[in-house]
Amino acid sequence: MTTARPEEVAAFADSCAIAGIGQTEFAKRGGITDRTEFHLCCEAIRMAAEDAGLDVHDIDGFASYGPERHEPVLLQVALGIPEIRFSNLVWGAGGGGCTGAVMNAALAVHAGICKHVAVYRSLCQGQYHRYGQYNPGAVGGSYMAPFGLMSPGQKTALPFRRHMHVYGTPVEALGHVAVTFREHAQTNPAALMYGKPMTLEDHANSRMIVDPYRLYDCCLETDGAAAIIVTSKERARDLRQKPTRILAAVQASGEGWGMGPMGSNNMPVETYHTTNAQPVARHLFPMAGISPQDLDCAQIYDAFSSIVIMALEDYGVCEPGEGADFVMQGNLRRDGGKLPTNTAGGLLSEGYLQGFNLIPEAVRQMRGTSLNQVADAETCLVTSGGGGGHKSALILAV
Amino acid sequence: MAYLPDDTPLPEPTPDDYPYWESHAARELRIQQCADCGTFRHPPVPLCSRCASSNVTWTQVSGRGEVFSYVVVHYATHPALKQAVPYNVAVVMLEDASDVRLVSNVVDAAPEEMRIGLKVELFWDAVPGDTFLPRFRKA
Ligand SMILES: [Zn+2]
Repeated sequence: MTTARPEEVAAFADSCAIAGIGQTEFAKRGGITDRTEFHLCCEAIRMAAEDAGLDVHDIDGFASYGPERHEPVLLQVALGIPEIRFSNLVWGAGGGGCTGAVMNAALAVHAGICKHVAVYRSLCQGQYHRYGQYNPGAVGGSYMAPFGLMSPGQKTALPFRRHMHVYGTPVEALGHVAVTFREHAQTNPAALMYGKPMTLEDHANSRMIVDPYRLYDCCLETDGAAAIIVTSKERARDLRQKPTRILAAVQASGEGWGMGPMGSNNMPVETYHTTNAQPVARHLFPMAGISPQDLDCAQIYDAFSSIVIMALEDYGVCEPGEGADFVMQGNLRRDGGKLPTNTAGGLLSEGYLQGFNLIPEAVRQMRGTSLNQVADAETCLVTSGGGGGHKSALILAV
Repeated sequence: MAYLPDDTPLPEPTPDDYPYWESHAARELRIQQCADCGTFRHPPVPLCSRCASSNVTWTQVSGRGEVFSYVVVHYATHPALKQAVPYNVAVVMLEDASDVRLVSNVVDAAPEEMRIGLKVELFWDAVPGDTFLPRFRKA
């Protein structure tokens, strides 16, 4: 069911496509020792170009986000690219900038500045610092660290606790998210949790990390890299793969969320128990011309299992307060769920590239090549972020 | 002994927020307030989000409040905290500073006593550097 798009975004909407995807192997933090993070980054971009049927020298722009370490000009040298016209990083929102980087790439293509933009993320927590430990440089750190609030898990558990209070959300719902994504990882040999199935009982017996989160509510710590190629819909038709259309791409943040759960917790009381994705959703679905109920599958940023429950509400898949029921009824499952979600295992069970590995899986769903293929899937939501900063999302289509 | 160990990271005041931290040495909780429209804001920022004024006062507040949200940390993410777990982290909504919240701790609440809505009052916890941190006790 397609509805008319707002006039001001009608030209940008559905103008670009993802033509190639590439990803290195994923390993547990510290598991990749034969190549540097920079090397993996170059490999993923080369693989994405090859997948698209492009020469890597055809890339003429780069986009990434958050604390990505490897600058386009250095990638240009390593990849031998004659000229780049676009070099772009989404400001500091951590995982919230992931699909925002795809939006920026599409804007550069839509504007006619670039032909083929590589969007990429490389992350080796074994070669650099661990995201789950105290970070001396954290924004707002003075207001948190002296009181023992240091890691993203500790910080994002606060809004979920409030969600439990406001809606009576049962903490058991977290286990349903984690177990579903673990099950999806069992068909994906690339997933770190492949061959390691988990029951609700296993989840309930795992050690408490920061109450209400148990170990398996927290994402993996991973070494790896991934990349995609964004080009115009017309050019994509002439390339090797079936194009994945970018129906809509949005970045947004609500009032006061710079003081959000990665900060001092002074965002508005009314939106405290959300992922700050309601503003994204308000623009995303009109741009795509579809409603949340039209989605066939989703890749939802799951750095922590709670974020999925709150994001389902923020994106209008279900009503506020109904996210827990939705997941406990099995609706995230590939078999029989209303919205099969994180079909490669997600950040909880496939790997954690700060959200980026959700994008290649969304593309595989649109190509019909996912290892947990959703029958006749024609649309896929991809969301980014769930802690502080601004958020972003895509709606992809066949 | 303070609620968390002495080698837990301490605040690092900046030109934007040093009056807030300096007030702690005198055991005064002073929240930044717009001198023109009266809006409180926290953490301190250069302009008022309502009227864009940069005129400020640092208004002393009572320190009474209630727990707005909380977690109980079982896994330490800093070496200093390995012996301190489990400890709570509470977001405390202050009673007399519109909707300003402080991230802090309720020093006399066991994990099972923590709940949203718990009434708390300010407690100045001595930390290294001849100063104090604003923590809370059950009221
Ligand atoms: Zn003002």
